[in-house]
Amino acid sequence: MNIYELLKTLTETPGPSGLENQIAAAIQTAWQPLVDSLSVDRVGSLVAIKRGRPANPDTRRSLLLAAHEDEIALMVKKIVSFPDEEGGNGFLRVSSVGGVDIRHLYGQTAVVHGRRDLVGVIGSLPAFMLPEERQDKAYGYDDLLVDVGLPAAELRQLVQVGDYVSFRQPLRKLLNNRVTGKALDNRASVAAVTVCLEQLQGRQHQWDVVAVATAQEETALLGAFTSAHAQRPDAAIAIDVTFAKGPGTSNDSTFELDDGPVVDLGPNVHPGMYKALMDAAEALEMKVNTSTHARHSGTDAYGLQIAHEGIPTGLVSIPLRYMHTMVETVTTADVERAGRLLAEVVVRLDDKFLEKLAAGLMAKDEG
Amino acid sequence: MNELLKQLTEAVGVSGEEKEVRLLIRDLIRDYVDDWWVDTMGNLLAIKKGAGVLNWRVMVDAHIDEVGLMVTEIDSNGTLKFDPVGTIDDRTLLGKVVQVGPKKLTGVIGARPIHLLKSNQRHSVVKAEDMRIDIGAKNKEAAGRQVKIGDRAAFVTEYEEIGYTAVGKAFDNRAGCAALVELLRGEPYPFDLCAAFTVQEEVGLRGARVASYALRPDVALVLECTPAYDLPNERDVSPNVALGRGPSIYVMDSQTIQDPRLVAHITRTAASHNIPYQIRQPGGGGTNTGAIQRAQAGLPAATIAVPGRYAHTPTIMINLDDYANVVKLAGVVLRELTPEILMRNA
Repeated sequence: MNIYELLKTLTETPGPSGLENQIAAAIQTAWQPLVDSLSVDRVGSLVAIKRGRPANPDTRRSLLLAAHEDEIALMVKKIVSFPDEEGGNGFLRVSSVGGVDIRHLYGQTAVVHGRRDLVGVIGSLPAFMLPEERQDKAYGYDDLLVDVGLPAAELRQLVQVGDYVSFRQPLRKLLNNRVTGKALDNRASVAAVTVCLEQLQGRQHQWDVVAVATAQEETALLGAFTSAHAQRPDAAIAIDVTFAKGPGTSNDSTFELDDGPVVDLGPNVHPGMYKALMDAAEALEMKVNTSTHARHSGTDAYGLQIAHEGIPTGLVSIPLRYMHTMVETVTTADVERAGRLLAEVVVRLDDKFLEKLAAGLMAKDEG
Repeated sequence: MNELLKQLTEAVGVSGEEKEVRLLIRDLIRDYVDDWWVDTMGNLLAIKKGAGVLNWRVMVDAHIDEVGLMVTEIDSNGTLKFDPVGTIDDRTLLGKVVQVGPKKLTGVIGARPIHLLKSNQRHSVVKAEDMRIDIGAKNKEAAGRQVKIGDRAAFVTEYEEIGYTAVGKAFDNRAGCAALVELLRGEPYPFDLCAAFTVQEEVGLRGARVASYALRPDVALVLECTPAYDLPNERDVSPNVALGRGPSIYVMDSQTIQDPRLVAHITRTAASHNIPYQIRQPGGGGTNTGAIQRAQAGLPAATIAVPGRYAHTPTIMINLDDYANVVKLAGVVLRELTPEILMRNA
């Protein structure tokens, strides 16, 4: 599999939280040949099942792999005509969908998903023309506007308040297999799940794999809560991105690019799932790093863990620079490694796994 | 799709390193001029001989340089420290893709992610000196094999046409360059037309100064792209110039009072040919007119500009009708030049 080409398709396809139909279709195309069944659920998550061959056909187990498919975006808040109230040029005021890093917006292009898709420029008056109290700050949503180069009257025919605006950036190569673009959070993880499914084509596994591209993670972790409820897996792993070391980033709790996937520990993670991931890494002789979260992992793991009577959940992350911008950067090597790690976890699952997980919580010698 | 604007805006020519644009324009004009040469600063100068009706040399200037960045240092982690070349607001730089050096290596300008910032930092402006260009190199040595101190970096924007506009980088001033190329491709003018594709405007109007000395024109016309602030505004509702309202005529800026006789000729000519135009509100900014006017014993000079929103960003926007009208207006302004226009009582 060419991970760059896959990431190019996945990152360049729009998928703002709540408008995931296009990205779900793109992922479906990638997963279709690798799985036994595929469907889009009621909140817009893509659910794919690859059947395992259990040693004991009476105990069919499943592992849910959750990689969110949605991305941060903007939404139209107001349509403004200027210089004249009527008959002027049309501009869009916007709000954020998810945790957009507003400092990066000025001078970008974006796609307004109106009656048809319109390309727009995110602009602002220069700082010296803003009200004095706003001149020394990053441009805010009161300053920024999306400009599609149309008069207000034409714009109003095509766009309405509530329409999504998605970011727009081709995926590009940097040195050392590093790639940069938008929405690598979390299409890098979707690609890793794809690698996993591909790895499993030639390997025996007992558990079913339920691969879910979850919807609306950036705003509500919605797809994690709902897919874990609907699929009722026996265990789950969330795959997301984490902070890579890079310019402007301190060394605490950040991870080098190209130094392998990161396996997470903390309240959202079952220690047995952490161990399963670490054991798999050891079996592969793969370098992995450990990250921690003290309260909320900020990922789908938070939602997966508390579905039904509780689901043992793990979390694997791919280091990424410049999170929530249009120049997010990962290395394809880490994506590939994360995929292989997941596949190794899957093939090692057997009918004793859940018992061992449960026993681990009470064993005195377990860390 | 306007291929000329596409080619010219996508070419890279950060002030002081304009060779790619110079070569491109040389190829675009060489069949339409009688002579061309490059001076010591890198200005591309060309003569299109006139029909001999008027014994004048008329200079038409368009600067070929664009704002960008210069690599000043390579950090131990392989990222590049830089200084802006020309005026670029710090707010413009985050999240941008740049092309670095002659190899056009792709780089990005990122920052500490907002998740790791205190809430009061999330809206503060990151200073250019605290940003780095990330080309993906793993350390200083590896980066040093790809990039040299002093390499320029330019924005990366593919030209496109949206709505009634075109969007791209470097419309300031490739819009002026494109207009001048189109003027050179026309029939001979009554006088010798001296085209000056000048360097280093963005760092102090430096190329035009020596070009106007060398060309010794009787009159000069500057073609530019002027920032348009025609956006919803809480402080002053009148825009300085607006997209779609025609060529923008300079009267006064921070450098210059444009030659009033030429300004009058331009507006009269526009009116007689039914070409829309707008007077740019007097204010800051400046064009090569500021340098040309001071050359020799003083040269009559004026500026016609294409209004462009979001100046000095990767995504400048111009109206394509405005551009076409600048070409048209500059053409008739030149063809209808007469010595009487410059008479003090005219």
